[in-house]
Amino acid sequence: MKVGVVGVQGAVSEHIEAARKAMKNLKVNGEVFWLRKAEQLKDVDALIIPGGESTTISRLMIKNNIFDKVKELGEEGLPIMGTCAGLILLAKQVEGAVEGQRFLELLDVKVSRNAYGRQVDSFEAPLKLTFDKKPFLGVFIRAPRILEVFGKAKPFAFYKDEVVGVEQGNLIGLAFHPELTDDTRIHEYFLRKAL
Amino acid sequence: MNMFEIIERKGTERLKRGFAKMVKGGVIMDVTNAEQAQIAEEAGAVAVMALEKVPADIRKAGGVARMADPKKIEEIMDAVTIPVMAKIRIGHYAEAYALEALGVDMIDESEVLTPADAYFHVDKRKFKVPFVCGARNLGEAVRRIWEGSAMIRTKGEAGTGNIVEAVRHVRLVNENIRLLKRLTDEQIYQVTKKFAEPYLRLALEVKQISGLDARILENEPVYEEYTYQEIVDGIYKILLEIKKLQRLPVVNFAAGGVATPADAALMMQMGMDGVFVGSGIFKSSNPEKMARAIVEAVNHYDEPDVIAKISKDLGEPMRGLDIAQLEVRLEERGV
Repeated sequence: MKVGVVGVQGAVSEHIEAARKAMKNLKVNGEVFWLRKAEQLKDVDALIIPGGESTTISRLMIKNNIFDKVKELGEEGLPIMGTCAGLILLAKQVEGAVEGQRFLELLDVKVSRNAYGRQVDSFEAPLKLTFDKKPFLGVFIRAPRILEVFGKAKPFAFYKDEVVGVEQGNLIGLAFHPELTDDTRIHEYFLRKAL
Repeated sequence: MNMFEIIERKGTERLKRGFAKMVKGGVIMDVTNAEQAQIAEEAGAVAVMALEKVPADIRKAGGVARMADPKKIEEIMDAVTIPVMAKIRIGHYAEAYALEALGVDMIDESEVLTPADAYFHVDKRKFKVPFVCGARNLGEAVRRIWEGSAMIRTKGEAGTGNIVEAVRHVRLVNENIRLLKRLTDEQIYQVTKKFAEPYLRLALEVKQISGLDARILENEPVYEEYTYQEIVDGIYKILLEIKKLQRLPVVNFAAGGVATPADAALMMQMGMDGVFVGSGIFKSSNPEKMARAIVEAVNHYDEPDVIAKISKDLGEPMRGLDIAQLEVRLEERGV
């Protein structure tokens, strides 16, 4: 299995490490690599868009000619997981976008950028997952809020009553950062889509 | 017990260091007003540093440089959606509490401003807001990390447009990290004791003034509520982690002298996680273009053809200063 982590900016190495651990737990052979160029998209089985600044990541993905190709691959069914800024990139509707900022518009959700507040409001809290009974530590850093889930998207992670993680076939979008914990259950759940 | 009863936590080390991880691979730009902040955001900056004057102008103006006017910082916070950082004077925890109340995303306890405390830096663990601090060498870096800094940057020599000091600081830190690999744990303990010495300055000076032996008692707090032994134990743990990781355990940026895309690429090639650009952007003749070029240089740091292309026709970079001609060396502030 080949997993690419879109590496134009943000917490890339943390996702690489988490995906490697998840692969090991799943007993799958393969590699996880730093993806910066369009050519590298040719042979990926799964893609992760990390947290970082969505304005910067969007801009550099376009500049590096990987934006349109990722959109196309996502539409064709390539498993893609976006966390925080990655969720914003995947969303069909974005509140609070900067003028001219582009999104992949793949995931049937409406999100609001930085809606949980500034860094002093960043928080950790246990989340409920639909696929596992044990709580998952949600790490929210200047996180986007999922305002609406529509179409084919299904909620699978909750903070209190709020939806903080959705899936839609091959796609996963998270408002939080599983890569900042040692818990790889969500990465494993995601990578199973590429098996 | 219901595991979901645990309520949310804020200001944890994971959240502070996590915030810094989100700006990796990015450029943080000094801005002095809303318009510059928007230029920075549009160019792809991952955050801005809100200032009253860029370091080159602070240097020129002389006098005491303090925390920026909160109104100015708010104006910049309102103008952009990316994180906004602001500087406090070294050791000035009242400025820090004020900036935390204002809601800035990260505080830079910075030698660019005039130091407020000749003995100590702020105990950053007491804050919810994350801090970044400058360091010239591994000793300064581990002291700041022990104090709770979520991010380290080189001091370089701010406001000069001269990369030589930033390169010096990267080399000193990297070489010291490599050295740790060859040292036994016992030797590292000796290094730790040396690195912890600056915390004793106040206690020793007081003893000297009082005509007493220059001796630190075992249970005597020397910095905040911490005894010398507690500080040594803490720093020793950090050094062992650095030895294992072969890098700092927090995000590490370059700062203080980055003026061109090639400067930024050099810093990234030397292993930095990203760069701060102070005067280099808005003291150049075409800030928009320079800002975009530096963002791309950080992204493509290992592709010389791209660096060559984006370095073309950028106009005049900031003029720059020779370190030997400087009257004030900002990097010497705060050890």
